[in-house]
Amino acid sequence: MDIRLTINGAERRFPPPITVRGLVGEMGIEGKRIAIERNGEIVPRSRYDETTLADGDRLEVVVAVGGG
Amino acid sequence: MDDSLVIAGKAYDSRLLVGTGKYRDFAETRAAIEASGARIVTVAIRRVNIGQDADQPNLLDVLPPSRYTILPNTAGCYTAEDAVRTLRLARELLDGHALVKLEVLGDAHTLFPNMPETLAAAKTLVAEGFQVMVYCSDDPIMASMLEDIGCVAVMPLASLIGSGMGILNPWNLQIIRDRARVPVLVDAGIGTASDAAVAMELGCDAVLMNTAIAAARDPVRMARAMKLAVEAGREAWLAGRMAKKPYEARPSSPSEGLIGKPA
Repeated sequence: MDIRLTINGAERRFPPPITVRGLVGEMGIEGKRIAIERNGEIVPRSRYDETTLADGDRLEVVVAVGGG
Repeated sequence: MDDSLVIAGKAYDSRLLVGTGKYRDFAETRAAIEASGARIVTVAIRRVNIGQDADQPNLLDVLPPSRYTILPNTAGCYTAEDAVRTLRLARELLDGHALVKLEVLGDAHTLFPNMPETLAAAKTLVAEGFQVMVYCSDDPIMASMLEDIGCVAVMPLASLIGSGMGILNPWNLQIIRDRARVPVLVDAGIGTASDAAVAMELGCDAVLMNTAIAAARDPVRMARAMKLAVEAGREAWLAGRMAKKPYEARPSSPSEGLIGKPA
């Protein structure tokens, strides 16, 4: 059964298992300068491979944009 | 003569800090920032637009962190918690970079800072090792409290964010400047070059602006004007202006040797 992830406020479903690295690939943002928070905690870039996502996880995926 | 701006122990050879928002495109962003001579540029942190074109250029490709000191902000945050989370993400995004701009807003109409939330966020961020430059009201007591918490710079508003109304209360800025032991930057409200010059003539250490440049008819030209204004204001401050003598006119030319008079 798929797991449900809330990514940037929107729910999406993925077949398990899926790591943060896998998610980044699915989102087509591999190699981009991003940062990820999982359930309120930062996921360091060095741990994308070993961090497996679980049903109900809430993720924030951000970039730098123009601002004052 | 070395007259660098020093923030958290690091020297910068420009006293103008600029934002990167509201430009027409990245080419204009790059040209305006280049013309401003700024070394520190602010950026916002926002959700990735899922499904966006993966080849879309990234702001940090246009403004490489190797060339500019990137100052991530918390614009749009209304709680200490959101501001802290945003800057933790920014630190991860920028490979452990600690210098940040904290702003916690009070309401969407005025964008006035919420000072209780700002103080709370500053405490958490300083404890976590961030170097916090903080947007604040032009209240000298608040500025002192933020300095006591350990903020590396205090940044009172000149007037409302994006208003271009200039410096509405120079006396408060003067009091903040006279008391502070950390750099004081005027942040928000600058409208044109003379506003930036006045901020520097008050003794402020630097000026941070975005809209005044980005919303000018010719942003690149205004960026250059702001660079010159900040430099002129700083020089005037260092030179020490003449005393104001409202009831004492004094000619600059000799009073003797005028023609048509007895010798």
